[in-house]
Amino acid sequence: MKRATAGWWFVAPALAVIGIFFVLPVAAALLVSFTDFDIYALADIRNLRVVGLRNYVRLLETPEFWHALGNTLYFVVVGVPLSIAASLGTALLLDSRLARATSFFRTALFMPVVTTLVAVAVIWRYLLNTRYGLINYALGRLGVAPIDWLGDPHWAMPAIILFAVWKSFGYNMVILFAGLQSIPRELYEAARMDGASVLQQFRYITVPSLAPILLMVSILTIAGHFQLFAEPYVMTQGGPLQSTVSVLYFMYEEGFKWWNLGSASAVAFLLFLLIFAVTVVQLWLAPRRAVVA
Amino acid sequence: MGREGEVVAELLAEYERAHPGIRVEVQQLPWSAAHEKLLTAFAGDSTPDLCQLGNTWIPEFVALGALTPLDAYVAESSTIDAADYFPGIWATNRVDGKLYGVPWYVDTRLLFYRRDLLAQAGFDAPPRTWAEWTTMLAAIKQRRAAGQYGIVLPANEFEPLVALALQQDDPILRDDDRYGNFRSAGFSRALDFYAGMHKKGYTPPSAADTSNVWNEFGRGHFVFYISGPWNIGEFKRRLPSELQQAWMTAPLPGADGPGASIAGGSSLVIFRKSRNADAAWQVIQYLSRPDVQRRFHALTGDLPPRRRAWHDGALADDVHAQAFREQLERVKPTPQVPEWERIANEIRLVTERVVHGDLTVAQGEAELNARTDRILEKRRWLLERRSAP
Repeated sequence: MKRATAGWWFVAPALAVIGIFFVLPVAAALLVSFTDFDIYALADIRNLRVVGLRNYVRLLETPEFWHALGNTLYFVVVGVPLSIAASLGTALLLDSRLARATSFFRTALFMPVVTTLVAVAVIWRYLLNTRYGLINYALGRLGVAPIDWLGDPHWAMPAIILFAVWKSFGYNMVILFAGLQSIPRELYEAARMDGASVLQQFRYITVPSLAPILLMVSILTIAGHFQLFAEPYVMTQGGPLQSTVSVLYFMYEEGFKWWNLGSASAVAFLLFLLIFAVTVVQLWLAPRRAVVA
Repeated sequence: MGREGEVVAELLAEYERAHPGIRVEVQQLPWSAAHEKLLTAFAGDSTPDLCQLGNTWIPEFVALGALTPLDAYVAESSTIDAADYFPGIWATNRVDGKLYGVPWYVDTRLLFYRRDLLAQAGFDAPPRTWAEWTTMLAAIKQRRAAGQYGIVLPANEFEPLVALALQQDDPILRDDDRYGNFRSAGFSRALDFYAGMHKKGYTPPSAADTSNVWNEFGRGHFVFYISGPWNIGEFKRRLPSELQQAWMTAPLPGADGPGASIAGGSSLVIFRKSRNADAAWQVIQYLSRPDVQRRFHALTGDLPPRRRAWHDGALADDVHAQAFREQLERVKPTPQVPEWERIANEIRLVTERVVHGDLTVAQGEAELNARTDRILEKRRWLLERRSAP
């Protein structure tokens, strides 16, 4: 009993920090999401009305919200597999016995992760420029007509995905690389002696050994991708034709452009529920996948 | 904010030399972040003494109770003479009968056009009425010059349509700004005319075709363009010298005779929490002096809000500015409710769908009314509660 009390004292500072900077704001946001907090309420708190679930109901009736959700799902469904594939691919290359100067490449490939998003977004805007951009120049060499990457509603999201994958794949690469290094080399040797091809080695040794790490990486990546905001904010401001408005971007506009903090908080909680549900489904599917593998 | 922020620092350095007792600290904000930053400053009790405010933001900051009324100051001022200001612009600074800002520079929308191309179509003067305008647009289309269109109306701007709607007798909002008034005959006429220009093929089919208006205007891809004062400078800078005689500005045509346009621009305001309100007022007076305004125009190209500043100097000789001078006598404020920017955004989104053909004009109007009434719900509640007690 006494030991337990002492333990609580030891974790108290950390709990206090979490309480003040995390639990309290989240609880406040939840309360705000049941009100119509706006600039009138900011001027005089007596102008605040408790509206129950009306913010949530209204959001579900708003086509723009569904549109933003659709855009976000597009980004997650296309972006996450691409991002993990890029991370795994580069991790395998780094782990390969043929690789030279591994630490140089590891650092170089990790570089985009530590760069400032706004600064590299400016550079990417140049790369993606319709007329002068390097990407269209390269495509032009292949005979492809110039693409208006950030101006065409069909191409803006692919451009954002490209940028986001480039910016973030290095992080997962480092984690997967560490995982690959921890797989005992003897397994591969034994498999080779049994005549297993490279593909079979990947399928039956690498993937199962990496499964727990892949699961964690995919959960983190999906949660991260659902929170798409900075890329469209810097690159396209949600345009063209609302084609890059994500849920968080929608929330930002609702909250800080129109100052409807009640409704913006409701968006945040809907997004939280969505990410939470997806994560639960993933965890529920995971052990079975491990068994199959 | 923006370029004005840089220039005002230069002007105020001189002011400080003349008034050693006052030191002005200028903080520049980009336009895109200014609104958010000022609201956050209000919530955090750290508003500046003096600030530039877009005049559509004034009702919002008045609703917050963040601004000081300036009527008493103006009444005593020898520099600031209300009658010298363009009345439509001055009106944007009055909310519920009180004055909260002094106009600093103005913005309105009117016609930029290619004189040479219009002459080729057989017209030697710009249109003054919608009927004349339509005749010209039809004639331009009739010529079938390759890749040439009558007018460009960018989908990301609500101003051209709102300007046409302000020309009507029916207000945009009704019943003391409690409800949208988009099914009125007036708004109908404006939206019909606006959508008609698209439907009759007077505008380029895809917005992407006009990603760079200056280039396209120079190449003669369109004849008319509704835009604001900043484009005088842009066109002078960006169009080749042989085209400099070929473009001109004209007041916005109205349904029958020269029409009104939007009273836009920026004002100078003093925050209620300011502890240096008198000094801030001195600075406003300095920046409102006609000679300082002329210098401000020379540095930024921004148009001054008072007639005396237009009397001489570069502005009086600028042929492209004259249409603005005329238009400014006929500008009207947009509805003065804090929700206006959001309503304007909805006007843009719904109009885009009408233009695409997803909605008919009547459906678009109903949709606009529905969305606006929802946005104004809180305002109605507040007004009713105020009148109830």
